[in-house]
Amino acid sequence: MIRYPLRKLSSWLLLALLPATVALGASQIDTFQFADDVEKRRYRALIEEFRCPKCLNTNLAGSDAPIAQDLRKTVHRLVAVEGMSDQEVRDYLQARYGDFVLYDPPFNTRTWYIWLVPIGLGLLALFVLYRLQHSARVEHSGLDDEQQKRLQSIVAAKTDTGN
Amino acid sequence: MSRVSLYIPLGVFAVIMGLGYIGFDLGARDELPSALINKPFPEFSARLLEDPDRAITRADLLGRPAMVNVWATWCPTCLSEHEELMRIARDTDIVIVGVNYKDRPAKALQWLAQYGNPYDWVLDDRDGLLGIEMGVYGAPETFLLNAAGEVVYKRVGDVNPRIWRDELEPRFRQLGVTQSATPESQNSP
Repeated sequence: MIRYPLRKLSSWLLLALLPATVALGASQIDTFQFADDVEKRRYRALIEEFRCPKCLNTNLAGSDAPIAQDLRKTVHRLVAVEGMSDQEVRDYLQARYGDFVLYDPPFNTRTWYIWLVPIGLGLLALFVLYRLQHSARVEHSGLDDEQQKRLQSIVAAKTDTGN
Repeated sequence: MSRVSLYIPLGVFAVIMGLGYIGFDLGARDELPSALINKPFPEFSARLLEDPDRAITRADLLGRPAMVNVWATWCPTCLSEHEELMRIARDTDIVIVGVNYKDRPAKALQWLAQYGNPYDWVLDDRDGLLGIEMGVYGAPETFLLNAAGEVVYKRVGDVNPRIWRDELEPRFRQLGVTQSATPESQNSP
């Protein structure tokens, strides 16, 4: 008699706790100490920002790869122990792991085409679109200059009388 | 003219497919370019695995080209490249420095006793800190250093006879290292 409602209650409890477990799973459970909340927030933002070197598309915060754990430890050390600024942490990681760890690739001799090709393709598309529209307008009338002129005069006469 | 322009989309499509084919074929994914290429090898101080009282620093790597090989007992590929490293140690003069990366020293020593030791020095990097300085993100990784201690080349993945022939040996020859010199090159330099 008493077991049934209990089970119901426990399943409700589990259901209520489900979002909490999801939240735990999403963020890494590292037990780092911080001096204050600002430092903690900076650490969180930084590990969200960097890409895990071993992974295709996961940031440091979301990866379980050993190297991501080590780099989180490193970011913590740089922020909490060595007191580096965000930009100094960025430079530190970039000096060792290259542009790959930055999700926002810099514009340089190796990456210029990543930035320029989409813009170029967009311009090309605009050009093709313009050409297509332009040629369509001219071609589909199917009239030569003489006929075009006659058409204009007829339309003009029509609109005059129409008014 | 208009007939020809009808083929423009097909042409653009072909170019995009071609670039995609080349891009995927490059297999650039597993070889993240090292940020250290043509830069000095980082400053470090690490204890020797076999002699923890002795520390090795960057200065010890200077003066001649060297090969720095990151390995661990937990890394199966390290075992598969081991034979080639033994051969390189046997047949050449090249100084080979091992970085025992995130490993247990006791296991590493046992591993070397079992499979042989191609290294002139083995550095103990059990916490992976030297690895981070070097931009290591896995094992094995192999760095080529010139006499001035600059990183000339980095190989991510195993050193096998093909990689030795195509990638490593030509670079060492460029750096002035002679092949197949003294058979006993295993002693500390």
